[in-house]
Amino acid sequence: MLASVISISIGAILINNFIFSKFLGCCPFLGCSTKVDTAVGMGIAVTFVMGLASAICYVVDGLLRNLGLEYMNTLAFILVIAVLVQLVEMFLKKSIPSLYNALGIYLPLITTNCAVLGVVLLNVQYKYNFIESVTYGITGGLGFMLAIVLFASVRERVQFAEYPESFEGFPIALVTAGLLALAFMGFSGMKLG
Amino acid sequence: MSIKKQFRDGLIDNNPVLVQRLGLCSTMAITTTLFNGIGMGISVLIILTCCNVVISAMRKIIPNDIRIAIFVVVIAGFVTIVDLLLQAFVPALSASLGVFIPLIVVNCIIIGRAEAFCQNEPVIPSFFDGIFQGIGYTVTLVLMCIVRELLGNGSFGGGLLDVSQGALRLTLDGSGSGIQVFSSEYAATILIMPFGGFLTLAVLLAAMQFALRKADEKKEKALRAAKVLVDEEVAA
Repeated sequence: MLASVISISIGAILINNFIFSKFLGCCPFLGCSTKVDTAVGMGIAVTFVMGLASAICYVVDGLLRNLGLEYMNTLAFILVIAVLVQLVEMFLKKSIPSLYNALGIYLPLITTNCAVLGVVLLNVQYKYNFIESVTYGITGGLGFMLAIVLFASVRERVQFAEYPESFEGFPIALVTAGLLALAFMGFSGMKLG
Repeated sequence: MSIKKQFRDGLIDNNPVLVQRLGLCSTMAITTTLFNGIGMGISVLIILTCCNVVISAMRKIIPNDIRIAIFVVVIAGFVTIVDLLLQAFVPALSASLGVFIPLIVVNCIIIGRAEAFCQNEPVIPSFFDGIFQGIGYTVTLVLMCIVRELLGNGSFGGGLLDVSQGALRLTLDGSGSGIQVFSSEYAATILIMPFGGFLTLAVLLAAMQFALRKADEKKEKALRAAKVLVDEEVAA
């Protein structure tokens, strides 16, 4: 059990990083990464929702399977995620206003983050059990956070670099992300187990 | 808005990927072979058109506060239909796109078009908007696929075309190996990897920015020339 948890964690954070090898969650990755602070906030929020969504959707998937409705799981999952994000938002607003203010605007955006729906669908595809699903959700989120924080700090410096005029804005950010992906490819040689 | 203008909008002026920068995840992730690219493009085109029509038809009865939730349910419904159809009739495509077919639910292009276009426009323009935006997305995917496949693997049309015994065949089950333009030993395999996805899209976006800027400059120059002409006439 422990061995599989560790190998899932290392796999999700480094080897098969959600952004650099699976391309899940690129929109917020490119959108919310102009400052390190917001990147950290976004990373925490996504990690939290991914962990929670993995746990709840594991139960929902079991329920649908019992009813013989597993083909409806995409629809069920997206509804669960939407409700979950809404609940988390309300909960944080009431009980931890400081964290709510820090994350505020990013929370609703998480519903359409493909990393969240992606991790839930992958849990089903890989046939993970409950503990493995939650581990994959949380560590996948941590991998996302690592990627977005690294990317934001590189991006803050790239602003002062000289590059062709046509590359201004998005293209240079994508080149930066590509170079980071290249660095993360180094981990793919790691053998586990 | 005329159909011709909508066509131009979808393909160039307001291209979903290159100008609106929506749906980048799938654009970078699945463009490794032409088969994947065309399959994904057509799936999105169909879902986008259906969603546009349905959402536009319901636009007067959707309450404003919960519109996003309703959009998502409509989209998820159509995605499930397409997902099941692909599993039944094109299992190879379903296997090679994997999780990215159900992930069309959270593809920003569809929700973006619903939000920006269909909730204010009648059914027929929304229908054409879906088709043209879908074509714009497909064309971008195909461009990415052609570049990545050619430079990364030295081939063209992987999965879709097959050359056997000197005859060119169209394979719709994804089994074709493509036309080998040059030996894959000389190809930059890195372009098939994630890095290549980021880099190819960056170059395409930069090229688009360059082209749009050139067009703007040209327009400005023409305007300035016209102004000078008018000034001269006035002076004379």
